[in-house]
Order: sequence, then structure tokens, then C-alpha cells
Amino acid sequence: MSVLVIAEHDNRALKPATLNAAAAAFEVAKAAGSDVQILVAGQDCREAAEAAAQIAGIAKILLADDAAYDHDLAENWAPLIVRLAQEGGYSHVLAPATTSGKNLMPRVAALLDVMQISDISAVVSADTFVRPIYAGNALATVQSKDPIKVITVRGTAFAPAEASGGNAPIEAVATTGSAGISEFKGAELSKSERPELTSARVIISGGRGMQSGDNFHLLETVADKLGAAVGASRAAVDAGFVPNDYQVGQTGKIVAPELYIAVGISGAIQHLAGMKDSKVIVAINKDEEAPIFQIADYGLVGDLFKVLPELDEELGKTQK
Amino acid sequence: MKALVAVKRVVDYNVKVRVKADKTGVETANVKMSMNPFDEIAVEEALRLREAGIVSEVIAVSAGIQQCQETIRTALAMGADRGVLVQTDAELQPLAVAKLLKAVIEREGPELVIVGKQAIDDDCNQTGQMLAALLGWPQATFASKIRIADGHAEVTREVDGGLETVAFNLPAVVTTDLRLNEPRYASLPNIMKAKKKPIATVTPDELGVDVAPRLVTLKVEEPAKRQGGVKVGSVAELVDKLKNEARVI
Ligand SMILES: Cc1cc2nc3c(=O)[nH]c(=O)nc-3n(C[C@H](O)[C@H](O)[C@H](O)COP(=O)(O)OP(=O)(O)OC[C@H]3O[C@@H](n4cnc5c(N)ncnc54)[C@H](O)[C@@H]3O)c2cc1C
Ligand SMILES: Nc1ncnc2c1ncn2[C@@H]1O[C@H](COP(=O)(O)O)[C@@H](O)[C@H]1O
Repeated sequence: MSVLVIAEHDNRALKPATLNAAAAAFEVAKAAGSDVQILVAGQDCREAAEAAAQIAGIAKILLADDAAYDHDLAENWAPLIVRLAQEGGYSHVLAPATTSGKNLMPRVAALLDVMQISDISAVVSADTFVRPIYAGNALATVQSKDPIKVITVRGTAFAPAEASGGNAPIEAVATTGSAGISEFKGAELSKSERPELTSARVIISGGRGMQSGDNFHLLETVADKLGAAVGASRAAVDAGFVPNDYQVGQTGKIVAPELYIAVGISGAIQHLAGMKDSKVIVAINKDEEAPIFQIADYGLVGDLFKVLPELDEELGKTQK
Repeated sequence: MKALVAVKRVVDYNVKVRVKADKTGVETANVKMSMNPFDEIAVEEALRLREAGIVSEVIAVSAGIQQCQETIRTALAMGADRGVLVQTDAELQPLAVAKLLKAVIEREGPELVIVGKQAIDDDCNQTGQMLAALLGWPQATFASKIRIADGHAEVTREVDGGLETVAFNLPAVVTTDLRLNEPRYASLPNIMKAKKKPIATVTPDELGVDVAPRLVTLKVEEPAKRQGGVKVGSVAELVDKLKNEARVI
């Protein structure tokens, strides 16, 4: 029996979350005494398969190349993974807990008639896992009784696997084609030169206190000095200041950078759920009673419209 | 066409939950319970589709203990036409809920099923996708916009990189994200009217569904508490601390 990881990629390169899922898979394989294989499904995705083959310690890459897998339509992907799981002797199937993984894996689990174990933050043994519930206010240790464990992995809880040093064989697998019940129409993806939120070393996030989308340029200039990604609270996204993919929190992205700077964010539990595992937290808020200060390592009480330009200037000085 | 919405009774999102001393779960006695916020969005969307003349009837379904009736009543007060309670005291996990919903759907014949993307108690984010799988229907998760015409749907989805649009023919399952709509409040007259709307009760047995849990919760613990830090007096002090104390910039 092997452990299968579903790779997330753009047909050329792996998305960083794949390495975190692979790391969790290695822990599972160690506990189960088995090995880790990776499925790369996509269209013209050999380059991504070759990148996956480089991951240190991977036993084998399965390559499923078909137009049906070009976009991550769960209707097309699930039958492939179900067939592999049933015929290939996999004890565990893992994917990152990204929007793709969350969309896909429950469909796989239901077709296998197993319960998915969502968003695991630790591997206890081959059948027992820790997962946050109630916006991370409690940690549940759960044991699966199902023959195949279908799992999504919280990326911030597992340090990424080594992306190089491996040389796994790549094996093409038969494809399942299109289910023919859904169609990808298009995407409006946010373009940014800045690092991706979930893998950034530094994040600076703005909340309702920013007052407008235009004011986010005050955060962006600071972000550029720090090489940071820019995030937001739900309130800032709902108000239309920034796009939905900026949202950090229980129902947005889970992040754990070295440094998280929350600006004009009150610190609701739903927001904290997404960032409280950051190494160092800074809060900038004009209300000294704001709950965000209770978890911040460094709090600065002040008006962000005064503080941000000062911060920009101060960082400019130290960089010289 | 009929629309079916799934509404879960959960601990209100404003409650700061406490883990029980015996580590078996979180405290739910004397705690405010509400409809899962994503399910309010699901109900609202179904109502708007009915108001637009696309949907003829909105059925609200909840699975769980007797008190889930209250959650269904909330949906009826918002404007749903009738309710179905799948009543059981058993612990329900998403796979079991999906099977129960499938059985109700086979009886009711809706062409559109709207559920929340995630229950804010178990944070599973599974039920809608599982339901679509069991029915063999298309799924559109994390919806921020739904357009339906002539049995065809186009749904815009919130994904990690931005937005994505998928298209399919009905019947289908859609799961709601936060930006789909802003749910209405139930008006007093509608709360009164809701008391007279019918709620049918069935059991998992009657639906022929085995709801036995597949995951056993061994323990529930509180996460490590983060220690609050210090307040700094100026931007210069902040930058100095980040450089020389925390060493993160
Ligand atoms: C189902 C559900 C899911 C949710 N999911 C998420 C989620 O994933 N992520 C998330 O973030 N939230 C989420 N929320 C929302 C959450 O409950 C809060 O409403 C939200 O986080 C508040 O955002 P905020 O802190 O920006 O706004 P507010 O709470 O309004 O806080 C604004 C802060 O800005 C400060 N401020 C104002 N002006 C200035 C100024 N000039 N200078 C300095 N400070 C200033 C104020 O003092 C205040 O503290 C969710 C809610 C629900 C019900
Ligand atoms: N017991 C339940 N009764 C009704 N609907 C439910 C129940 N459990 C889950 N759901 C629906 O499934 C969605 C996702 O739940 P989950 O998969 O548990 O995160 C919820 O928002 C509800 O719409």
C-alpha cells in the first residue's frame, strides 16, 4: 500500500502547497511503513510531473495527461482518483486544503464511501489525525475507521518537503476523460508581482479601518519594502476594497508567515483563525481595546493614516 | 422548479467556544445556537431566485436533533415555503448528512440544491461536494454569483487565485461563499406566518440511511494560547524591535 498525493500545479510548476501536502504524506507513510507517490493530472503537464519527480523521497509519479484535467473540475478529476485509489492499492489520498483540494476531495471521498478528514494539522498515526474545529478554537484528534483515508492538509502546519534531490520514475496512467457534465468558462485571476499569501514570509493585511481600496496603496508601498504579500479582513473584501482572494481567516486563507502586520483590523475570532499561528504578529489600530492586541507581539496604538507613511519612511531609512 | 436548501444548527458565530474539561468536545449547553451563516446565504439566494420567477418553491432541510426545527423555522421566517426535519440524536458527519439529503432530494425532486460551503462548527467543507458526488450531479462550490436560465447555470466561484466561472445544466449542487448575497432579516409578520408553514419530520431509518460515524473523536483540546506582547510607543521603536529583537525584517 502507498500514500498518494494529488499535486496542485499550473501544468509547468508545482504550487507550493503541494510540498506541504507531500510533507504530511511522508509522515503518514512513515507511520504506515509505506511510500509516497504523486499524481500529476493536467493537460500537457509533463513539466509539472518532472518537477514533482525531483521532490526528495518520492517513490513514483503518476502522470494523467488529458484535456479533461486542464482545469480542476472535480467532476472530471474525481473518477480518475477513485479508480487509482481502488486499483492502485492506496491506503491514503492527500491533497492541499486549497480551494482546489477542498472542491475535489469530498467528491472523491463520497464516491469511495469514506469520510474525508479535512484540513489536518498533525499526523498522530496512520489512522489518527489532528484537525482544528470552531475556527481553530479547539483541536480535535480523530481516528478514521475507513479503509481508504481521504485527507486535506493545512499547509501552514507542515514544513514543505524538499523540492529537489529526488529522481522518481514517471509513469503515464490511463485517463478517465471528461464526465461531460460541467464546463470551465473562464477565470479572473488577481495579478500581482508580490509573493503568494499562503507562502509569503511577510504579510501586511488591511481591514475596514483602511476606508477604501485606494488607501491600500499605503500598505502596498510598505509591502514592497518588506517583500511582503498583502492580505485583508473579510470586512475589507466585503466592502470591495480588495478582491476575495485577499481574505485571511476561518473561511478565507490560512497563513502563518514569519511576520504578520494587521492594520485597521479589530481581531475577530474568524480573522484570528487564519493568522494566529504566525511567528510574529504586529497590530496597528487606533483603538487600544481592539482584541487584536491580545495576541499581538508588538502593538502600536495610532491612526494608520499617520503610522503607515511613517513606517514606510522608517523602513526606507534602515534599508539604506 | 423546486430549490432545496440545507440549513445546519450551529453555535452562533459570536460565541467564544470553550472546550469541555473532559476533552470530549466543546460546551454547547446554554450556548446561543443559530443557523450556520453560509446557510442563511443559501436561503437568501433561493428566495431571490423564487422572487425572480426562476424557482417555484423553496424547501429548507435540516438534519439533527428536535431543536433543528428552530433553524428550519428561521428559514421559513426568511421566506422558505416549507421544511423537512431529518430527526435523529445520532452524531452526524458530512458523509451521513449528504446521504440523508440525497434521500430527501429523491423524494422531493428539486433541480437546484444550495448548501453552505462550510459549517462553522466542524469546519469540514464537505457536504455539498459529497452530495453532488452521490447524486452524480455537477457541483459549483464557493459561489459568489449564480445565473440561471432555461435549465442552464453559470456560477462564479471564489478560488485562491481570484474568481472562476463554471457552467452546467441543472440539476446541480451549489455551495455558497460570503459574497453571494447579504441575507435578509425576518420581519415580524413573516415570523408569525412561518409558524403556520409545514415542517415534515422523517428519520434516517425511514430514509434507509445508515448514519454511523466513520470518524471517532478521541479528544478535543484547547490550542496553545498565544501570549500577548508589548505595546510600542513609536514607529521607530517598532522597526527597531522587529529588526533587533524579533529579527524578522
Ligand atoms: C461565517 C463567517 C465567516 C467569516 N470569515 C471571516 C474570515 O475568513 N476572515 C475575516 O477576516 N473575517 C471573517 N468574518 C468576519 C469577522 O467576524 C469580522 O466581521 C471581520 O473580521 C471584521 O473585519 P475588520 O477587523 O476589518 O473590521 P472591524 O471589526 O470593523 O474593525 C476595524 C478596525 O479598524 C480600526 N480602525 C478604524 N480606523 C482606523 C484608523 N484610522 N487607524 C487605525 N485603526 C483604525 C478600528 O479601531 C477597528 O478595530 C466572518 C464572519 C462570519 C459570520
Ligand atoms: N446536519 C445538517 N443539517 C442540514 N444541513 C447540513 C448539516 N450538516 C451540514 N449541512 C450543510 O452542509 C454545509 C457544509 O457543512 P460541512 O460540510 O459540515 O462544513 C452546511 O453549510 C449546510 O448547508
